[in-house]
Amino acid sequence: MKTFWAFVKKETIHILRDPRTLIILIGMPIAQVVLFGFAITNELNDARIAIFDGSKDPVTIEIADRLTSSGFFQLAVELKDESQLEQAFRHDRVKLAVVFPPEFQDHFFREDSPQIQLIADATDPNTATTLVAYASAIIRQYEQEKKGSATLPYAIQTEVRMRYNQELKSVFLFVPGVITIILMLVSAMMTSIALTREKELGTMEILLVSPLKPAVIVMGKVIPYIALGLANVAIILVLATTVFHMPIRGSLPLLIAESLLFILTSLALGIMISSRVQTQQVALMISLMALMLPTILLSGFIFPIENMPWLLRAISHIVPARWFIVIVKGVMLKGAGMAVIWKETLVLVFMTLVLIGGSVRSFKLRLE
Amino acid sequence: MEQAIWAENLTKKFGSFTAVDAISFTVGQGEIFGFLGANGAGKTTAMRMLSGLSFPTSGKARVAGFDVYKQPELIKRHIGYMSQKFSLYEDLTVQENIRFYGGIYGLSGAEIRSKTEQLLQELDLEWIAKSQVQSLPLGWKQKLAFSVAQVHNPSIVFLDEPTGGVDPITRRQFWEMIYRAADRGVTVFVTTHYMDEAEYCDRISIMVDGRIAAMGSPGELKRDNNVPSINELFVRLARHTSSNM
Amino acid sequence: MKTILYIIQKEFRQIFRNKTMLPILFVMPFLQLIILPFAADFEIKNIRLTIVDMDQSTLSRQLNSHFEASPFFEVTYQLDPGQAADRMQSNDIDLYLEIPSRFEYRLLKEQSAPLHLTIDAINGAKAGVAQAYVQSIVRDFNREVISEWTPQLQPRALAAMGQPVDITFQNWFNPDMDYNTFMVPGILVLLVTMIGGFLSGMNVVKEKEIGTIEQINVTPIRKYQFIIGKLLPFWILALIELAIGMTIGKIIFNIPFVGSIGLIFVFASVYLLLILGLGLLISTFSNTQQQSMFLTWFLMVIFILMSGLFTPIESMPHWAQVLTWFNPIAYFVEVIRMVMLKGSGWADVRGSFISISAFAVVLNALAVWNYRKRS
Repeated sequence: MKTFWAFVKKETIHILRDPRTLIILIGMPIAQVVLFGFAITNELNDARIAIFDGSKDPVTIEIADRLTSSGFFQLAVELKDESQLEQAFRHDRVKLAVVFPPEFQDHFFREDSPQIQLIADATDPNTATTLVAYASAIIRQYEQEKKGSATLPYAIQTEVRMRYNQELKSVFLFVPGVITIILMLVSAMMTSIALTREKELGTMEILLVSPLKPAVIVMGKVIPYIALGLANVAIILVLATTVFHMPIRGSLPLLIAESLLFILTSLALGIMISSRVQTQQVALMISLMALMLPTILLSGFIFPIENMPWLLRAISHIVPARWFIVIVKGVMLKGAGMAVIWKETLVLVFMTLVLIGGSVRSFKLRLE
Repeated sequence: MEQAIWAENLTKKFGSFTAVDAISFTVGQGEIFGFLGANGAGKTTAMRMLSGLSFPTSGKARVAGFDVYKQPELIKRHIGYMSQKFSLYEDLTVQENIRFYGGIYGLSGAEIRSKTEQLLQELDLEWIAKSQVQSLPLGWKQKLAFSVAQVHNPSIVFLDEPTGGVDPITRRQFWEMIYRAADRGVTVFVTTHYMDEAEYCDRISIMVDGRIAAMGSPGELKRDNNVPSINELFVRLARHTSSNM
Repeated sequence: MKTILYIIQKEFRQIFRNKTMLPILFVMPFLQLIILPFAADFEIKNIRLTIVDMDQSTLSRQLNSHFEASPFFEVTYQLDPGQAADRMQSNDIDLYLEIPSRFEYRLLKEQSAPLHLTIDAINGAKAGVAQAYVQSIVRDFNREVISEWTPQLQPRALAAMGQPVDITFQNWFNPDMDYNTFMVPGILVLLVTMIGGFLSGMNVVKEKEIGTIEQINVTPIRKYQFIIGKLLPFWILALIELAIGMTIGKIIFNIPFVGSIGLIFVFASVYLLLILGLGLLISTFSNTQQQSMFLTWFLMVIFILMSGLFTPIESMPHWAQVLTWFNPIAYFVEVIRMVMLKGSGWADVRGSFISISAFAVVLNALAVWNYRKRS
């Protein structure tokens, strides 16, 4: 047991002695949470628009004013001529153009359907749809105010309740993803590289001829990374709850236990990779390609899984991150208990066992 | 005899640590000059200053007639260098390495071709000219590195522990190569911690803790200090300084 | 000049001889290009809706069939709101709509009746869109009900429900609203950035790590010759990859090329100088490939996330938008989309071009200054 802890100490020293990597490992979660919390949102504000007003009457001026003071839009250019539209998109980078026909006011009050044209830059289809929707809503609102709405018979009212995230903050969506990516990075990528380094430098041989059992050696190597992973979880959770006022609605011990499980899954992945490759460079590349990319792309972190073609959806089932993200969201934001997330938990446990089994086998093979 | 290397009070400090402490010496043209010392005695640092890889903190030095402060690029044209760490490209073939370094030193295509042929012949490596260097045994690699260091016919060659980790027979062959170079008039400046190799040098200097503790031909040194071998002298010098500390 | 050629020749030899480098250079980028657009689909569709119909009336069934007919929803049914809430908690559904009992009766007798919609709002943007879809379906349904029950009321009612202003909209530059059209040019930027940034930086550090840089440093080679020789191969490779990538985009994803391809390449060549300079600068700060890799990765993640590739820059708070002025990826992502999809010309991208040229000069100067042949 003493030798074991001596071993853990040596590995910890290795990690602490490379401050550059350490700073990145600690700084990365902080930077990502802050970026996602403050900077990266898919809410739209201040989109650049161009207005061509063929009427310039009180109604069009007021509608234009409503649009630009809504917070969603900012007036980038006012066009003199409809032919400048193209130029506005190409050169002034506007996302939406609003075109009022001549004599708008007269038509408006005569109720013979004057036409407002919205032209969106659909290179980004989502932004285009959203901007058109926002602009239409503002125009409709104005219309109702001007004309007053008659009380209608048989009105269906839809009451909407936004659950789990009333203010629709995007940081709620991203924090579970950031936790997942960071744990993957620290536990899987770092361990696979650290283990391969020993192999490459030949120090693994020395350890293997020592009286320690191989399993103990590997354990000793990975324990510091478990600590590092848990530290990262703590940093992210503290940031999320204090700076972004995210709740932890479920049980905190459960959340930590599940994180530990995911760390183990990732470590098992890291060990698996290191047991099969010979150089750090290859370990690095495999970690990037086979771990980081799927974790970012196929876990539902950024991109919804249900939109993917069936093949990618099928692949996503073997990405551990996909299950872990559901767990984190469930426990943290939905207050879910074991009764709800047992299935995902079981999947992770199963994956961990398979991976450890696999790497123990290849470890033994190598020893013979 | 014309001086190939001339150094006076050459000093290098890293912060408060003095790696090389005011050393002065000269090396004549065509001489084989051995630089002896324990690991960390300052041999490599001294050599790096002379070859333009490192700025001296103070002191003066001229190599091949050029000033180490003002004309390092001219020095580089006239010297060859072989470092402690094997530094040819493992993933290039023997031929490609020669061609690359020839190109870097500005040799013409024709010169490179004839030089390649000549080197391969001398080293007896023609049959594996197209093999990648990583497949060669260490001794061959070192011999190849020595030849590549002379691809541009330098007047001085710096060798930093060229025979580390090499078997005695290859070491012998390596020294034969050094002699052949010296016969052509090339000055050889070689560091080593194999004391038996010191005996092969025309003149040696023994470095202890950044200073030159003794200098002269191996015979002179043995006679003046009344020791049977350089090894004995070295041990005595090293012990002497450490007991002073 | 001849010296540089020798270095370039050596670099290409080493690249093509390296068993790990080759797939990284030629297989991975294109796999990425082919997979990413399929994965990176933000379009909100396939929303999982559960209807809790406690009314079970003719009217409620009519409403249900409206949802089933919508392409945006995958509809399932539950009888108990509690069960629906549980399913939301376990992430099986995105939202549920409760149709209270006596819905039809109340609408007829009391002239108005409520529906309760509960949305999983963790993904705020998706929640907003889902809500808008539900409400528009309900509104349409409501209008049908009104016109059916009170035919005489129809014109006035429709006017009051408010559509006298005819809002028409057009989607320019991408009328099919194809998400790939948006993503592929951006991914091409990622592709050349990875090659230029990661590999060039690692490649310089590698010489440091294995010690060959010493041997180079004692030769009379000039700093600039060595640097150009090391970086030029990656500059060439990245441009070739860009060309292959554009071809794939054209053939597989049918991306339009409205603007000038020449302009894209001119911009890309200067952009690459900037990225290579960055890689070189990072390499001067690192001693091992691992360090260089981590540093590059850290910077890349931040640059990519803040580049406008996935989320619009306009959505960012002002300070973050100011930061994007220093983000090279943001410039190229914007320019390649403008030129490829909208046909913007030289005059439209001149500003961006000047910015990245300035950054390229500054970064390379810093890198060369910080790269030492001598200590």
